[in-house]
Amino acid sequence: MIEVTDLETCFSTGFIRRRVVRAVDGVSFRIEEGETLGLVGESGCGKTTLGRSILRLVEPDRGRIVVDGTDVTALSRSELRCFRPRMQMIFQDAYTSLNPRMRVRESVAEPLKIHRMGSRTDIDRRVRELIEEVGLNEEHLNRRPYELSGGQNQRVVLARVLALKPRFLVADEPTSALDVSVQAQILNLIRDLGHDYRMTCLYISHDLGVTRAMSSRVAVMLEGRIVEIGRTADVLDRPSHPYTRRLVDASLTGPCASLERLPLPAAPTTVEVRSGHWVEETV
Amino acid sequence: MTAMSDALLEVRGLKVGFPTPEGLVRASDTVDLEIYPRETLGLIGETGSGKTVLGMAILRLLQPNTIIEGEIRYRGRDLLSLPEAEMQRVRGREIGIVLQNSGTSLNPVYTVGTQIAEAVILHQGLSGPDARQRAVELLDAVGIPDPVRMAGEYPHRFSGGMRERALIATALACRPNLLIADEPTKGLDAVTKRGIVDLFSEIDRDHSVLFITHDIETAGDLATRVAVMYAGEIVEIGGAEEVLGDPAHPYTRGLLASLPERGMQPIPGSAPSLITLPSGCRFSPRCGCAVENCSREHPGLVEVGSGHYARCMLYD
Repeated sequence: MIEVTDLETCFSTGFIRRRVVRAVDGVSFRIEEGETLGLVGESGCGKTTLGRSILRLVEPDRGRIVVDGTDVTALSRSELRCFRPRMQMIFQDAYTSLNPRMRVRESVAEPLKIHRMGSRTDIDRRVRELIEEVGLNEEHLNRRPYELSGGQNQRVVLARVLALKPRFLVADEPTSALDVSVQAQILNLIRDLGHDYRMTCLYISHDLGVTRAMSSRVAVMLEGRIVEIGRTADVLDRPSHPYTRRLVDASLTGPCASLERLPLPAAPTTVEVRSGHWVEETV
Repeated sequence: MTAMSDALLEVRGLKVGFPTPEGLVRASDTVDLEIYPRETLGLIGETGSGKTVLGMAILRLLQPNTIIEGEIRYRGRDLLSLPEAEMQRVRGREIGIVLQNSGTSLNPVYTVGTQIAEAVILHQGLSGPDARQRAVELLDAVGIPDPVRMAGEYPHRFSGGMRERALIATALACRPNLLIADEPTKGLDAVTKRGIVDLFSEIDRDHSVLFITHDIETAGDLATRVAVMYAGEIVEIGGAEEVLGDPAHPYTRGLLASLPERGMQPIPGSAPSLITLPSGCRFSPRCGCAVENCSREHPGLVEVGSGHYARCMLYD
């Protein structure tokens, strides 16, 4: 179970005139065990920063993150390193996620070696198991990333993640660079493995079709805030926030709501429009 | 298919091969297609199916050692046999192109306005200040807010969607008769993508568009006709509604079924290497409808409806 409370992550930009950008601005939500929460929003809304903040790949400035009963925000550097295997992340570009000089065998074995999970023969056996689980075979073990397709590289990344048997996975648009037929293979794989490994998942995407297929609940992010959250069918079929309506319209054919910037309240309040479906009030 | 004389562009038996140490990569194999005045032809297919190569071959932008056979007739002239100097006058002025990866298509050390003006000065012989003015008008036409100021900005100040708009503006600068757009919506989020799709359907125009995309929905939104490529060949071509609404080729059906909205059923296997292509129908090793003959005979395009063709034994 994942619980995020009032999370805030800021970046300062500008060399002479410092400016603070609040990329994640007071975000709170829960993900139940084994559940997948979809996170949607436009480029630059803070989706990726939120995912990275939860894993402390960027340090949040404020707020609390509890993963499986452990307060991640309170962990020291060394404690955090020991906790890392339990929360993992996969990225959009599998090719750049992998070390170009490592063969698949070495890439998949690397996390097992780092976290000292078994002897050399154990690791070798586990690598073979993992590679089969993600739908590759022995002949791929000696290949390097440039000798594999985008979909195959994403499978290798998945094998690396699964090696650690994580409890929580942040998937950051893992299929947005893939063709539809390969995307379908990878999405099915993530869904099945997520189920087999009983993983809790935060699935980040800007594609509402993918989000619908992958998640039971969905959160909509705008300018660092979650403006709407609820069951996938409620949020995407009966959107209450004007921004969600716009996102839904944009992915349909036919007339589309205006693409002007929405004015947002400075001090947001959230209301429950139906059971488990929360929406930020607009000005 | 009969040769139509009213086509703006006619591609006949186009073969494109890249010699590599491993063998000849047949990126495009006997491609036939026409683009008519004012139509939008959507060219869909997966990575490595030969879509981009086809667009680049039309403008002769491929590397010099590429082996190209066939004919590409633009208004009756064969582009493949034009001298380079004449070809240079076709590029940009007659046929514009928006290349893939808007991030790398713009030069980071010149302002966007300067880069658009360059095309106008080169092809239309406008003076510096006039070209500059035209650049601002073009940016305005493609929906860039505050075009006067933005023309003076460098590409890194533009977002992905804005860069794509700037490139479309550049391609339209000389009012070409044909615009080749290669994946202009790739990597954009849903809202920005929608903006670009709307832009394509709104720009008032007398030109035709070859819209290359792997995004089936976008093709459906914009195209009047759709061509589907697989392993270097066109496997299905016809009206957008027919091809996407009632697909004839098992590959097109497979593509549609793999969309998350349509059940997310992947096509088994993966696309063949373009060096060692399967015998017979190139899709047969992955095809659920394949019969014995499919791996032996190479099917031609068969008319399955009015102006709707599919390369499949099912219809022989």
